[in-house]
Amino acid sequence: MISLRIDDTPVQAKPNWTILTAARAAGIRIPTLCHLDALRPVGACRLCLVEIRNWNGRLVPACATPVQEGLDVVADSDRLASLRRTILELLFAERNHICAFCVSNGHCELQDLATELGMDHVTFPYRFPALAVDASHAKFGIDPNRCVLCGRCVRACSEVEGAFTWGFAGRGVHTLIEADLGEPWGQSTTCTGCGKCVQACPTGALFEKGKATAEQVKRPALLAEVTERRPRA
Amino acid sequence: MREIKVPVTRIEGHGLITIALGRGGKVNQARFHVTEGRGFERFCRGRTLWEMPGITARICGICPVSHLLCSAKAGDAILAVRPPRPADKLRRLMNLGQYVESHALSFFHLSSPDLILGWDSDPKARNVLGLATTHPQLALDGIRLRAYGQEIISSLGEKRVHPAWAAPGGVRAPLAAAARDRLAAKLPEAMRIAQDALSLYEDKMENWADEVATFGNFPSLFMSLVGEDGAWEHYEGRIRFVDAERRIVADGLDPARYPEYIGEAVEGWSYLKFPYFQRDGYPDGLYRVGPLARLNCCDRIGTPLADEALTRFRATADGKAVTSSFHYHWARLIEIVAALERVQGYLDDPEILSPRVRAEAGVNELVGVGVHEAPRGTLFHHYWVNEDGVLERVNLIVSTGHNNLAMNRTVAQIAHHYLEGTMVSEGLLNRLEGGIRAYDPCLSCSVHAVGRMPLRVVLLGPDGEVLDEKVRDA
Repeated sequence: MISLRIDDTPVQAKPNWTILTAARAAGIRIPTLCHLDALRPVGACRLCLVEIRNWNGRLVPACATPVQEGLDVVADSDRLASLRRTILELLFAERNHICAFCVSNGHCELQDLATELGMDHVTFPYRFPALAVDASHAKFGIDPNRCVLCGRCVRACSEVEGAFTWGFAGRGVHTLIEADLGEPWGQSTTCTGCGKCVQACPTGALFEKGKATAEQVKRPALLAEVTERRPRA
Repeated sequence: MREIKVPVTRIEGHGLITIALGRGGKVNQARFHVTEGRGFERFCRGRTLWEMPGITARICGICPVSHLLCSAKAGDAILAVRPPRPADKLRRLMNLGQYVESHALSFFHLSSPDLILGWDSDPKARNVLGLATTHPQLALDGIRLRAYGQEIISSLGEKRVHPAWAAPGGVRAPLAAAARDRLAAKLPEAMRIAQDALSLYEDKMENWADEVATFGNFPSLFMSLVGEDGAWEHYEGRIRFVDAERRIVADGLDPARYPEYIGEAVEGWSYLKFPYFQRDGYPDGLYRVGPLARLNCCDRIGTPLADEALTRFRATADGKAVTSSFHYHWARLIEIVAALERVQGYLDDPEILSPRVRAEAGVNELVGVGVHEAPRGTLFHHYWVNEDGVLERVNLIVSTGHNNLAMNRTVAQIAHHYLEGTMVSEGLLNRLEGGIRAYDPCLSCSVHAVGRMPLRVVLLGPDGEVLDEKVRDA
């Protein structure tokens, strides 16, 4: 076992754990968005940033940083709270997140994080990009206006379903999640229609067609349930 | 020509009235301007059909249910399904709750201070709080009656305002037995309040003879849905037009084919469009909608207490149409009684608890029209979608829009009657507002983009010469 401290609490961790795993095992909450159990950590959203005191206060993503003997981790501080709020503000400013009529209103990880972290204003100018909804799939739709580019759908599709339908296209704020080589989702030749991407998506960006406002409830834990039940080689 | 500008308060949204005086100091022209646009028809494009009830409900916090239900009905048309019968009844029940809530707000909270305390009374006390001081029971009754309407809505949609409950194909959740019992237990009190208010109005009516004569008292057409049997209808049915003699001008019109008989004119001085009856052209095709129109159009209401009240209502006009817009207030009170009688019927119906409330289907039609009677009048939602159910075009015709021509004529009539000299007296100001308020207009919902509108401001001198002119190009 490895010994470290998180918020001045002594914590025991297995050698292959990340700081996030160790914190959760010790009952210490660190906010996450792009992280999903059963999917490879990518450290994309930076909401799980923690400070390492004995690395000169360096900021690292808890989801992607392995534990080390003697680490002195700060998971909750004014500085971290301010950084996390800023990250959320940037996410909200980047696309058109309008909770009032969103299918995921009330069941949205982004919305819950904004509440939890006290993000009551967006101080950056909104970009208001014009992004088209793709509802061409028989069962599902994708609304890039609500996408935070966490990539959970991309990883669920490749790592769990093995279909490799979803991928990132473009760069920076112009990045979009696209099916295959950019054709409408309904015309994808690789999509199996399994819906794992929809369940993995933290917002209303991926949704089941026919769901009305606030009606889309996701089961992101489904991904871990599926992988854990798989026979191991 | 000189202009007097009057800001309008205690209506939903913002408005502006301009009165243009001629050389002799007489009113030359009076206009009711709606000074803001909202753009719903534009920004709904690109959204999915299933989100539309949630989006359009946000048009207004007073009658979100109207847009919710109308949008769901347009969705039914695009799915090409008929919602299961219990869903139909539940939607009707919620709409009736909306009638009670919205009409109670209009009468007790917004209008009764004028009616009970008088148009010339101290403006500081002429509001619902002043009313609570002098007529505490009336004010309390109003609050309780409105709360009952809201409870019907929240029992079904979990929220009093903006419930996301109706969806294309039906509704999302059935009515719980406990909620049904709670509503049934509170119904007698609501009915008592509604009948007291109706009696109060009928007793005091003769005090308001001047206002009845001048608040939009003119012959016109009236439009509403009526049931298959000609009875009062609030949720579906066919469109009927009657004239001031209460003669049927057009009947059995398919509401989904409204563009064949309703035109929409646009004026540069208001964001609110001007619908008109096409046969008579613009602006002669003026018609009124809402409570007054529904009572003028229907053969009967279909429930005993409301039909008795309708008989008294019609007796004041010798069986012809009641043509004073002042009596929108009266019609609203009769409709509260009618709504509560129907609520009783639905609460007594065992099928109202059925869990069979939603038909599932995909996109089967590319165009759908939803029409029903909102508290303020006939509401149209017209959607064009692509094969995936994404909106390509939206047209909304809302109740306040239908009444736009009538509200303008009402403002002119009041200005002619009450304007003295070149000063806007407190009494005139209030009567202008009161005249508008009789329609219970909802400007927040009724304005939407009519394309890009240039703004033109012209200042005219006493001889009509242009002193200054500013144009902001589209």
